[in-house]
Amino acid sequence: MASLKEIKTRIGSTKKTKQITKAMEMVSAAKLNRAQGKAESFQPYTEKIREVVASIAQGSEGASHPMLEDRPEIKKTGYIVITSDRGLCGAYNSGLLRETMNLIEQRHSSQDEYGLVVLGKVGRDFFKKRNMPIFQEITGLADQPDYSDIKNIAETTVQMFNDEVFDEVYIHFNHFVSAISQRVTEEKLLPLTTLAKEAAAEEASGPTPNYLYEPDPETILERLLPHYAESLIYGSLLDAKASEFGARMSAMRSATDNADNRIDELTLSYNRARQAAITQEINEIVGGAAAQN
Amino acid sequence: MKTMQTNVVTPDGSVFDGQVEMVSVRTIDGELGILPNHLPLVTPLSIGAVRLKESGNVRLIALSGGFMEVRSDEVNILAESAELPSEIDVTRARAAKERAERRLEQAKQDNIDFRRAELALKRAVNRLDVAEK
Repeated sequence: MASLKEIKTRIGSTKKTKQITKAMEMVSAAKLNRAQGKAESFQPYTEKIREVVASIAQGSEGASHPMLEDRPEIKKTGYIVITSDRGLCGAYNSGLLRETMNLIEQRHSSQDEYGLVVLGKVGRDFFKKRNMPIFQEITGLADQPDYSDIKNIAETTVQMFNDEVFDEVYIHFNHFVSAISQRVTEEKLLPLTTLAKEAAAEEASGPTPNYLYEPDPETILERLLPHYAESLIYGSLLDAKASEFGARMSAMRSATDNADNRIDELTLSYNRARQAAITQEINEIVGGAAAQN
Repeated sequence: MKTMQTNVVTPDGSVFDGQVEMVSVRTIDGELGILPNHLPLVTPLSIGAVRLKESGNVRLIALSGGFMEVRSDEVNILAESAELPSEIDVTRARAAKERAERRLEQAKQDNIDFRRAELALKRAVNRLDVAEK
């Protein structure tokens, strides 16, 4: 059995670790709250753009745009992968990256068929180590990122689609289900075929105002669609950030619980060891006294 | 006087939400004023100031491009960024302006950096205009 002093040191260090994990848990909970608020205040923006695009798409002019249509041949697929910069958040990154790797391996036979746009240090290092084609990367994003922080990378990615570098673009991130659960999600970002479908569905459900378009529907789509795609990337990032804090919070909570258990066990063995030492001492005294008589 | 509900929304949240008598914006083709009961309209906006007239006061908002959607009793402005005069960081805008001017001197006309610097300059000047009015 370990000595009394050894056990005491271990109890001490476990307690210190527990303090840290407890603090991180609370910090993550606070950040989660703010991230959720941010995601909520962002909602109206995409909602509105979607509404306007839908009403243009269903207009009698039948305005169309390359961003709304599937390309006949897919030569290269783009993947936007949103990971975190830091670890200590459970399976948040590993689950996502494993899923992404699987999908890429299933779909593509060579590196010429896909390209990656990576957000977050963990993902970047992961793909770099495997020598996978990273087209763009951004790390060191704030906990509550502003739109301007990712505007460049979003703009360039959408531009790559328009320049036919990519023929379709998927986005991979952890979707926020609740504070304790996240789901790895793949969404098709470009072309915006779901948007066109939704517009058609809305047309069936009821009329929207008949807009005047200034100067004309094509010009508006031309400017509106890239915006919409960019804002979707930002929306996914906000979603992923909320998930990150949720994941970190539950990881830290279970770490704190584990530390508690560990401290209980150690305290128990400390008491046993102390008791054993006392008993032995008494035995020795009794033995010594008996020998003198 | 008749008023209409006006919202100015950016990806970072709502900037303005209230009743106004008149909205005037700069579209890609020129200035445009909207009064209540306007026909439904959608138009892209360029970098410029939005003027919201409410009971005699005029409120300015610096806008960096975006869209306006008009319905008979409602105006929605969707912008990449929008700031009230009190929110504008004047020192930062001034620094951005100088930086953009320097770049414009160095860059070649047809180059993409030139266009970028030009837009940055427009945004900075617009912010300064709004902040100083």
